[in-house]
Amino acid sequence: MRVSYREAMRLALREALQNDARVFLMGEDVGRYGGSYAVSKGLLEEFGPERIRDTPLSELGFVGAGVGAALGGMLPIVEVMTVNFSLLALDQIVNSASLLRHMSGGQCSVPLVLRMATGAGRQLAAQHSHSLENWYAHIPGIRVLAPATVADARGMLAPALADPDPVVIFEHAQLYNLEDELADNWRCDIAHAAVRRSGTQASVFAYGGCLPKALQAADELVAAGIDVEVVDLRVLRPLDIDTIAASVRRTHRAVVVDEGWRSGSLAAEVIARIVEACFYELDAPPARVCSEEVPIPYAKHLEEAALPQPAKIVAAVKELLNV
Amino acid sequence: MTRERKPAAGVQAPLPCKSKPADAKPSPVAAPAKRMRKDRVAVAAVAPATPPLELRLLADMLRIRRMEEKCAELYGAGKIRGFLHLYIGEEACATGAMHALAAEDNVVATYREHGHALLRGVGMNAIMAEMFGKAAGCSRGRGGSMHLFDVPRRFYGGNAIVGGGLPLAVGLALADRLQGMRRVTACVFGEGAMAEGAFHESINLAALWQLPVLFCCENNLYAMGTALARSESQTDLCAKAASYRVATFRADGMDVRAVFDTVSRAAKQVREGGGPAFVELQTYRFRAHSMFDPDLYRDKAEIEQWKQRGPIHSFSAQLKTDGRLTEEAFLALDAEAEAEVAAAIAFAEQAPWEPVADLLKDVHTPAGAAEGGAR
Ligand SMILES: Cc1ncc(C[n+]2csc(CCOP(=O)(O)OP(=O)(O)O)c2C)c(N)n1
Ligand SMILES: [Mg+2]
Repeated sequence: MRVSYREAMRLALREALQNDARVFLMGEDVGRYGGSYAVSKGLLEEFGPERIRDTPLSELGFVGAGVGAALGGMLPIVEVMTVNFSLLALDQIVNSASLLRHMSGGQCSVPLVLRMATGAGRQLAAQHSHSLENWYAHIPGIRVLAPATVADARGMLAPALADPDPVVIFEHAQLYNLEDELADNWRCDIAHAAVRRSGTQASVFAYGGCLPKALQAADELVAAGIDVEVVDLRVLRPLDIDTIAASVRRTHRAVVVDEGWRSGSLAAEVIARIVEACFYELDAPPARVCSEEVPIPYAKHLEEAALPQPAKIVAAVKELLNV
Repeated sequence: MTRERKPAAGVQAPLPCKSKPADAKPSPVAAPAKRMRKDRVAVAAVAPATPPLELRLLADMLRIRRMEEKCAELYGAGKIRGFLHLYIGEEACATGAMHALAAEDNVVATYREHGHALLRGVGMNAIMAEMFGKAAGCSRGRGGSMHLFDVPRRFYGGNAIVGGGLPLAVGLALADRLQGMRRVTACVFGEGAMAEGAFHESINLAALWQLPVLFCCENNLYAMGTALARSESQTDLCAKAASYRVATFRADGMDVRAVFDTVSRAAKQVREGGGPAFVELQTYRFRAHSMFDPDLYRDKAEIEQWKQRGPIHSFSAQLKTDGRLTEEAFLALDAEAEAEVAAAIAFAEQAPWEPVADLLKDVHTPAGAAEGGAR
């Protein structure tokens, strides 16, 4: 079956709503409007307004209400339109959802799933183009996921709901229209990174919206006779260092692609882990392809220049290989 | 420091009686909402016959007062550390309000929550051990004075972000609604929280969705050093809340009976499906904001004036005038409270520290352990 990332996500939502009466979806414009990225289109008609719950513009309030509902025995899926607006809800994510279990001495769990779109690439300018996955990946107590394939869009929600602790799912806005064949084996875990393409000469690590760019770069490199491996991080917290290090041990070179800004980036963390785990396996210093240190500009050519692109990934790999 | 009398030395106190845990199953909406008085949690002494409400209110105010006076001493002695926010002067609020709730109700509170926790049935031993940072504490020493939790008793903290508990209360009430539970979720907060966006977002959501949330504002006139009039354009807090089309109530927060009656009425309305309600309790803290606060921002005369209206002595004086309390009975209640405090301190003193090897516990739910609280 050929489906889009958006449809895969919707299939996952529908399945979750059908399978468990505790599940409900809440967020701005998830119901009548059909979801700002049309992910929840049709679900209101199917499940009604109690379970497909439109909220006012109150990110802090409804994210916190999701935390409370999770405490109260429900399995809320809270959609925050985009990561940009999640900044208004950070207090409830960082000070409530992720801390309540610990502060209470293990008395409660917060089985909340938070979904949000992320990323740049559509000329939406600086306030609508953030990629702040690393902020969330910094916080103990939450799990952070970045589905980058149609299969992961279909498969990650169920294990996220089964996780008794808060899970944040980042859906890169550029991926919603991605289409792919959805094989029968879409079920997946939310613990491991995945090797999307095997190779021998360098490992390219990417997640979310940068995965297609990394795969495109790999195609170009292979065409140029360079055999690269592409690893999809998938789970940004906790990082699957075993899969990451195993790849580096095979290829001895690492390039990390990250749409976040370089300073304090998730890429920095991945490289630190690589250096800690397998420094002596490296044949060259690890490299990064991140966003330039500038707010994401509106103009198309400038936006493109600010973001990781396949050409930059190709160049970074070639530099590591001295070719 | 406080006006209440010390008991005569050597007064024999009966053993403190543990309050009833709030494990009663909430009634589903379909069932007739028969609520039994004996469901109430905050019961100080029971056998053989439950004392009249007035004496229980008085006894519980004394328990909070005596516990917190010792906390202040223990802070000075270095046994309790971190931030400690005392409730001294405000006891009528928690006492009247917690007595007005049913055992099955949810409570979400602030960092000034020792009294609320105690009257929801969290044992004084567990509270004191928590303040000491011991593993026997009600939050296993991970929370401290600002994060007292007791999920089986549906006491959801202990939140030290001003306004942070309000959205949680909305969510707890939403969960109850979706699961057909007829239960009230009370959230307690200071008047300072009413300037936070969290207050406005939460009361709007609760009113929009007609959720059973009782917004309980303890207006002690100051948010740290900021007087109400210096932070709010509208100082009539009920008028502020009423703009969200919720029922509003106001009570003298120094009068425990008035608090009890008012919160009872508000809770009844919420429980019966009347949507959220807002209660303002007008009170005053006699001590500084926290142990770090030199208290330079208010008049000593103002403090003294409010102390004249101290909730314990004014209520006990009234009961004596009415012939419902003798000096001996008062001293006995006070001695009972002091004995409970002494036992709690002894318990906390001897309780073991959690081994450092357990440091990373309780960040995530261990596999297969997710029961209670959530699932
Ligand atoms: C969001 C936030 N801002 C600031 C603080 C610091 N702070 C702690 S208590 C407090 C005053 C709160 O006053 P109020 O809500 O009236 O409660 P009270 O302390 O009087 O009981 C402040 C500013 C905080 N804990 N959280
Ligand atoms: Mg105040």
